[in-house]
Amino acid sequence: MLLRHTTADVVEREGLTINPVKTCQPVGAMYAALGIHGCLPHSHGSQGCCAYHRSALTRHYKEPVMAGTSSFTEGASVFGGQANLLQAVNNIFTIYDPEIIAVHSTCLSETIGDDLNQILIKAQEDGKVPEGKSVISAPTPSYVGSHITGFSAMVEAMVKYLSINSGKSNGKVNLIPGWVEPCDMRQIKSIAKRMGVENILFPDTSDVLDAPLIGKHQMYPDGGVTKEELVSAGDSIFTIAMGSFASEQAAKLLNKKCNVDYEVLDIPVGIKATDRFIMKLSQTAGVEVPSDFKSERGRLVDVITDQEQYLHGKRVAIFGDPDQLIPLTEFLLDLNMEPVYVVSGTPGKYFEKRIKELFEQYGIDGKVKNGPQADMFLLHQWIKEQGVDLLIGNTYGKYIARDEDLPFLRYGFPIYDRVGHSYFTTLGYEGGLRIVEKILGLFHDRQDRDAPEERFELVM
Amino acid sequence: MGEHTIPAPELIKEEILAKYPTKVARKRKKSMVTNDGNKDKALEIQANVRTVPGIITQRGCTYAGCKGVVLGPTRDIINLTHGPIGCGFYSWLTRRNQTKPAEGSEENFMNYCFSTDMQDQNIVFGGEKKLRKAVQEAYDLFHPKAIGIFSTCPVGLIGDDVHAVAREMTAELGDCNVFGFSCEGYKGVSQSAGHHIANNQLFKHVIGTQDKEPEGKFKVNILGEYNIGGDAFELERIFEKAGLTLVSTFSGNSHYNSFANSHFADLNVVMCHRSINYVAEMMETKYGIPWMKVNFIGAESTAKSLRKIAEYFDDKELIQRVEEVIKEETIQIEETVAKLRPNTEGKTAMLFVGGSRAHHYQELFNELGMKTLAAGYEFGHRDDYEGREIIPDIKVDADSRNIEEIKVEKSDEEFRDYTKSDKLEWSEYGGMMRDMESGSLVIDDISHYETEKLIEAYKPDIFCAGIKEKYVVQKSGVPLKQLHSYDYGGPYAGFVGAINFYKDIERMVTTRVWDLVEAPWEKSTQVEAQYAAG
Ligand code: SF4
Ligand code: SF4
Repeated sequence: MLLRHTTADVVEREGLTINPVKTCQPVGAMYAALGIHGCLPHSHGSQGCCAYHRSALTRHYKEPVMAGTSSFTEGASVFGGQANLLQAVNNIFTIYDPEIIAVHSTCLSETIGDDLNQILIKAQEDGKVPEGKSVISAPTPSYVGSHITGFSAMVEAMVKYLSINSGKSNGKVNLIPGWVEPCDMRQIKSIAKRMGVENILFPDTSDVLDAPLIGKHQMYPDGGVTKEELVSAGDSIFTIAMGSFASEQAAKLLNKKCNVDYEVLDIPVGIKATDRFIMKLSQTAGVEVPSDFKSERGRLVDVITDQEQYLHGKRVAIFGDPDQLIPLTEFLLDLNMEPVYVVSGTPGKYFEKRIKELFEQYGIDGKVKNGPQADMFLLHQWIKEQGVDLLIGNTYGKYIARDEDLPFLRYGFPIYDRVGHSYFTTLGYEGGLRIVEKILGLFHDRQDRDAPEERFELVM
Repeated sequence: MGEHTIPAPELIKEEILAKYPTKVARKRKKSMVTNDGNKDKALEIQANVRTVPGIITQRGCTYAGCKGVVLGPTRDIINLTHGPIGCGFYSWLTRRNQTKPAEGSEENFMNYCFSTDMQDQNIVFGGEKKLRKAVQEAYDLFHPKAIGIFSTCPVGLIGDDVHAVAREMTAELGDCNVFGFSCEGYKGVSQSAGHHIANNQLFKHVIGTQDKEPEGKFKVNILGEYNIGGDAFELERIFEKAGLTLVSTFSGNSHYNSFANSHFADLNVVMCHRSINYVAEMMETKYGIPWMKVNFIGAESTAKSLRKIAEYFDDKELIQRVEEVIKEETIQIEETVAKLRPNTEGKTAMLFVGGSRAHHYQELFNELGMKTLAAGYEFGHRDDYEGREIIPDIKVDADSRNIEEIKVEKSDEEFRDYTKSDKLEWSEYGGMMRDMESGSLVIDDISHYETEKLIEAYKPDIFCAGIKEKYVVQKSGVPLKQLHSYDYGGPYAGFVGAINFYKDIERMVTTRVWDLVEAPWEKSTQVEAQYAAG
């Protein structure tokens, strides 16, 4: 037993988190920054954080993740990190020549009270930022929120530092995808394109964190939203922000700063959330929904009806990031499954409210927790109390899955032990089909594995 | 591949430095040395100095060295990270800390991640209260023998006294040893500071605290072996076969009691000099246990190290058994090398990793007939490059002075006089540079820019580094072997490990996928012409 010390008796904890379902802000800021073309993320703090964040993203995406660090030692921690950051900006532009540096803080620089904005103004004044190049920054103290909050902060910074309303509409729709995989970003762009909706997607990590191997390392791969696009986002006709945790702040600010109207939708996971996304796109851009979406949707519904017996009534435990869990829970419910335990470490009241609404709407007697001590230890204890048929979550779930002998679907961040998540989308109807296919595969394999020889089936 | 002229290292060095701002160039210059091949005295290299901000480094932090490397692999100590959630999260299982408790009741907390998940209000009002609660809750849930508390960056700044909390909780809980580590990330210039802090506290709070003398005639501790990829399992196998008693490994596949009784060993052998020389030194001073540097990476090194150990005990039977083991294991080694070497002979490698591995693994490449063109440490000190004899010459800077030097005294009751043969090298380590060829480049704390330049200039057949470098290097068409995680293979230590490594390297330098990098339509104009004609 890998988690042999976990028992079913749940006791209230106040000080201890065991096996967290979240990590810290800067890693999200770093991921978001990589979605800008020609951008080098920079971590203002001691180099360990940066090393950890780069490693985590690298293990998940299996791609180069470049980032600078201010490399604080004790001196900087006591006297402030201004000198380090100024030197770093100068070195980065001289040696690595990015279009833009996206700086985020860490718990260390936040605790000593370094003012990033102020320091970067000084960098500009001292001539450390070459003509035509930019530096943006976001505060990401790790003792607030989670990696999702950090992602949100950096997307907000893109708007804050770059977007401008020139008074002339560009006729485009802004799409803020939230923390999803590069393939998911590509999928969102593709859906918009098929609908004939001109768009600016930001951030956009497709072609950055799934770059091809061509025999030469490109420090700045071809993908990413360009600086020009980010500037122009202030001239768009509308913003669709996907996921309130990761995307709403930026949309809100863009509205305030540049007067672009917005709406927050769920990330298009599953049928209904995709329906809402497509409807919204069609509405805001005034375009008809092309007929192939109807076919695509129909194919997904068809598979579900064909295989419905394997899904019906199955109890599921899921953990991960709130923006993804909300539409995923809804989708599972539409599959007639029962997502009975839902856990997210990222704090925020909206999450519990939405999940509880879904429970109520579909008549599920489920448990949900997020925020402090919402961790995998608790989730595992719930599973020990009353079992489930399927576990969905990031790689760390494999320990529970093995101990409890559960089919396990890897979903979310981080996934360290499989490939595919960054290449095959789980968004849109196409992605919905992939989710269903994967779940069915797990159940079918399980049935085959457990079947006595006389009941071993050829056709399923 | 492999067959290209190698440009002069000095030229490459110059080219690299030319790109840097003057101040940076001046600093980096001293950390890049062309080795002169002198076996008696290595050239001076600058090491263990602060990383230049913005330079893109391989390095991690003090906390990573302390919690991740040294304490991480022990299974029955609850490692509690005091800080925001990130640090604990990232060090959760990512160093492949394999361990093998006896089935059933034996404790194993390895797969758990414990953190105080500090919030805003803990930063403002202090986190000691939350920490105390966390320790209590961990105790109530798991009843461990020991709890280690690890401080992260903000903890040091707000002034939480983790040691006071630890003392208090030890007294309160009674049967649980709670101790703290001031291993805030900013404490040193790299992970190395964390190793030092970890060792100090282990020495103060755990080593020698129990008095159950292990049975066995030839009792040895292995220091600086962290059981990545099961290395420690392989060494355990060899030790048992040779008739040596392994009291404790610091800290691969280890448990609390083995540390607490480790002072009963007759000999300490040190693998990773960088991470743990402190423990060897302190144990020698206090208990009189002599130590020697060994290397179990590479078949020849393993044989040599075993012979050294046998020679120390100076026991005929043991010497004979060791020879038998070596003979037996060598058969397969020779067979494998004979089969694979034609595919690896003459190929080239570079290693930039760790604080010992960049040295040790050159041995394995030698055995495959491969040449190491350049190497360097991520967190080495000058003695790791130049040998221990230069330790008195190393300038102690502010960052090193930060770390507590504990004063160790000879213990009157526990000190034992171990006879030392003067044929053997005691407490010595010659460093990496002496073992490298003349003209090879040695670079400390290599930057990303330097890495790219080296690859461009040398086009090595294989590059060894860590996860952050892996895909960067591979995008350039050069395979990268991770030497921290072994790319989730291994073991690479000992005899079986050597065979695994030979096979993996042979696979990597002959894998056909590298020939597919270029698309056919890019290969020749002939293809284009064909299409045009068709
Ligand atoms: S929690 Fe803070 S100190 Fe830890 S890795 Fe994250 S930013 Fe760094
Ligand atoms: S050799 Fe190490 S402890 Fe020593 S360093 Fe390398 S990975 Fe680590």
